[in-house]
Amino acid sequence: MRFAVIQFGGSNCDRDVQYVLSEICGVDADLVWYKEGLLRSYDAVVLPGGFSYGDYLRAGAIAARTPIMADVIRHAMNGKLVLGICNGAQILAESGLMPGVFTINNYPKFICKPVHLRVENAASPFTSAYRNGDVIRIPIAHAEGRYAAPAETLASLNADNRIAFRFCDETGTVTVACNPNGAAENITGVLSEQGNVLAMMPHPERASETILGSVDGKPVFDSMIGFIERKG
Amino acid sequence: MKYDVTIKIALKEGMLDPEASAIQNAITNLGYTTESLRTARLFLIRLDAPDREAARAMAQKICERLLANPVIHRYEVEVAG
Repeated sequence: MRFAVIQFGGSNCDRDVQYVLSEICGVDADLVWYKEGLLRSYDAVVLPGGFSYGDYLRAGAIAARTPIMADVIRHAMNGKLVLGICNGAQILAESGLMPGVFTINNYPKFICKPVHLRVENAASPFTSAYRNGDVIRIPIAHAEGRYAAPAETLASLNADNRIAFRFCDETGTVTVACNPNGAAENITGVLSEQGNVLAMMPHPERASETILGSVDGKPVFDSMIGFIERKG
Repeated sequence: MKYDVTIKIALKEGMLDPEASAIQNAITNLGYTTESLRTARLFLIRLDAPDREAARAMAQKICERLLANPVIHRYEVEVAG
């Protein structure tokens, strides 16, 4: 099993993701510089957090139009897994792999803090190690993380069970007060139509070791590994 | 022919514009009263095209494919000359 972690100029969570995959989860994970393209077949691709191209134009807009993203889209079209975290989620939305957009927070500042999330769909390849309704605590770190989409898109995401995570309080109640960025319906994790692509603003790789204060993010990677193993 | 194209990208009507609200507050702090404030971004592009309409069409394609995000933005293209 082999993961690719794509590095753009300005990515800064690439090594954290690779560390968690290889040292904590024990799978092979290559760092792939975006100019190289995807030169071999991978079981999963991770677009890590950071500030690709300095967030010029819109966060993720320029990285989404680099040639390697054509490789990532092909990989996704083959039903393989793609996880976009933070800037990676913004890139997925900008690339068209994910509906909607992650845009400027309603209070337009960078927020970096642990938040509570409710697992809304524990049947996806990224969340099967959780149970529906689990409340997890992992950090966010973004200035452009407010999920926005047309009403009809939100309706179809709800109807098709494509919302992976919502911001909630520590009891799992979804309230306006615990929505840190003004995201539509507290949404902060969205699945693609086929379920093999997840865009999420929170950072599971920053909550995958006890020493970091939480292991609540590790099941995202465990779920992906389990899914790939079951597929054979 | 060289054409100078001005592209204006703005948030669609009704979209939340947190930056504009913050700027408007700052203007209020300076003692001025404003009724509304919206932000937009201008791109000034010189490009080569066979004619004016081709220049406009190319600018529109650039907007659709990169400069604007259709989920939140609207755009206007002006070709000078």
